[in-house]
Amino acid sequence: MAWTWFHRLGSSPWIYRFSGQLLRYLLPLAIVLVVAGSVWGLAFTPPDFRQGNSYRIIYIHVPVSVVSLAGYYVMAIAGAISLIWRLKVADMAMRVAAPIGAAMTFLALLTGAVWGKPTWGTYWVWDARITSMVVLLFLYLGVFALYEAYDNKALASKACAILSLVGTVNIPIIYKSVDWWYSLHQPASIKFTGGSTIDPSMFYPLLLMIVAVYCLYTCLLLMGLRLTLLETEAKTAWVKKEILGES
Amino acid sequence: MHPKRKKRLIVVLAVVVLSSLGIGLVTYGLRGNINLFYPPADVIAGKAPVGQSIRVGGMVVEGSIQRSDNSLDVRFEVTDYAGTVPVLYSGILPDLFGEGQGVVAAGKLDTLGIFVADEVLAKHDENYMPPEVAEALEAAGKKI
Repeated sequence: MAWTWFHRLGSSPWIYRFSGQLLRYLLPLAIVLVVAGSVWGLAFTPPDFRQGNSYRIIYIHVPVSVVSLAGYYVMAIAGAISLIWRLKVADMAMRVAAPIGAAMTFLALLTGAVWGKPTWGTYWVWDARITSMVVLLFLYLGVFALYEAYDNKALASKACAILSLVGTVNIPIIYKSVDWWYSLHQPASIKFTGGSTIDPSMFYPLLLMIVAVYCLYTCLLLMGLRLTLLETEAKTAWVKKEILGES
Repeated sequence: MHPKRKKRLIVVLAVVVLSSLGIGLVTYGLRGNINLFYPPADVIAGKAPVGQSIRVGGMVVEGSIQRSDNSLDVRFEVTDYAGTVPVLYSGILPDLFGEGQGVVAAGKLDTLGIFVADEVLAKHDENYMPPEVAEALEAAGKKI
């Protein structure tokens, strides 16, 4: 069994170069997909029979919400890897994932509130879905703040990893909240099993936007990771070589 | 696997499983408080407290909306197809409010079983479609 790929993850210069090459293609792709998906969703899809044009916020709201949940697993799994295998890069990925996830969650809450006013008649209601999303935002901010609170960074990483792992229980709660309890938020329109209750003409641009925001998230994560790598290893020879071009 | 790493893996799994179990039990215990509203059937069955601030949610019964000519007063009925509760409200209704639409009303239940609302919110469903598709479905006699 070739474990070389795993051992490479322990090599900072290799990760820095590999992610740099990946970003060269992924970043333009993410930008093109976000622009294409937005234009398709905002300009070329029909209005909704009941909500008119206000439903178009779905093209931002659903992708950022999906990624804010998936991003939590990225953070928690990175935390678990850093706890078990003491892999430096996993620890960095966990730390970088926290503020990006917080931004995605904040965007999901903000776009939801903006849509809620014309549709429901209120910006905010403490139902199960919205409250559990607020908890998610606080979990992300908590991991971010907890790391900064420790002077001993090895201890900080352990504490953050455990907080991330405990917080994973919230993800299925958010996802199923609209089915388990009576909430104001509607149940999911896109279903893994059975037919979706969103018209294909509206669904395909939404799918494109979800893929686009996943790509964007990956880019942000890699860019944050590269920056953290350079910062923590600023005094090493490979960073000097990489930045100053010294050999 | 290295025994030290194996031990740490078990600790990680234990943290996830035990915290999930704990929070699962708490949310199960509090399930009545997590629900945003009472369905009309529970109100009819006397499960909703009288005179306290609560919410009632369901569908607006077709043909039940009665508006006052000279004020913002409106009266309608909310149903979950297992029970129906009359609602009184005075104020501006959200755009999506209408017969056959989902609604969540906040207010108090009086002793006669009438729900006096001080806030009415529209509950949107998970159906998204263009107007032409909705018209075609309606023409085919399907309820949307």
